[in-house]
Amino acid sequence: MLVNQFLFLSALLFCIGVYGVIARKNAVLVLMSIELILNAVNLNFVAFALRNGSADGHTFALYIIAIAAAEVGVGLGLVLLIFRNRRTISLDDLSEMKG
Amino acid sequence: MVAQNIGFTIIAAAMVVGALRVVTTTNVVHAALWLVVVLSGAAAQYILLAAEFIAVTQVLVYIGAVMVLFLFGTMLTRSRIGTDSGLNNSYAKLGIPVAMVLFAAMSLALADSFGTEELPTDSSLINTQQISDQIFGPYLLPFWALSFVLLAAVIGAIVLARKD
Repeated sequence: MLVNQFLFLSALLFCIGVYGVIARKNAVLVLMSIELILNAVNLNFVAFALRNGSADGHTFALYIIAIAAAEVGVGLGLVLLIFRNRRTISLDDLSEMKG
Repeated sequence: MVAQNIGFTIIAAAMVVGALRVVTTTNVVHAALWLVVVLSGAAAQYILLAAEFIAVTQVLVYIGAVMVLFLFGTMLTRSRIGTDSGLNNSYAKLGIPVAMVLFAAMSLALADSFGTEELPTDSSLINTQQISDQIFGPYLLPFWALSFVLLAAVIGAIVLARKD
């Protein structure tokens, strides 16, 4: 197996996730796209851990999984609060900062 | 080696199709279920990369816990169950050139840096004991910080979502 086949797969997943963050209006779907991006990073870390024969990449991947779980918990809490106050989770409607 | 490459190709194709469906589907629940395809594909790739502990953690945390959170979020925010045409921005088309340019830049850099370098096949594999030696050795301070982050996230999520 080549190193590059994993790195290309990870780059493709990352770019699809970036497209999702730009294109989606529903806040839950934006959080899902962020999960795609974090998974792409994890794949990179594990591939490099095998290439370099070091356990550092595995450790970082585990930490990223834990941080992603915390991020989803707080993110969905925020989305829920926005929904309760505004009756919508469309990100285009949250435009107070536009002045 | 050939079997591994065939397995990689099949799993990678499933992952890419799943990821594309996550960002293009018009149904929030379908997006969550396609995300399961991508996450389990990632777990299978970790097995191919001889990282079995990461693969099991991926299944437990992502497919077990995070997906349940997403489905709860879909339910509690009363997103329309079924087809919903209002999921994309008006400028969604702008995302396509941005993603393509980003992928082209990354591909050039990757092809230039790693070319046809092979992954080592006979190296001493990393086992779970080495990972725990790392976590409770040089990476102990980040581990403590991470436990406080998780505690803060749990309390924060309860405070945010509580009805008072």
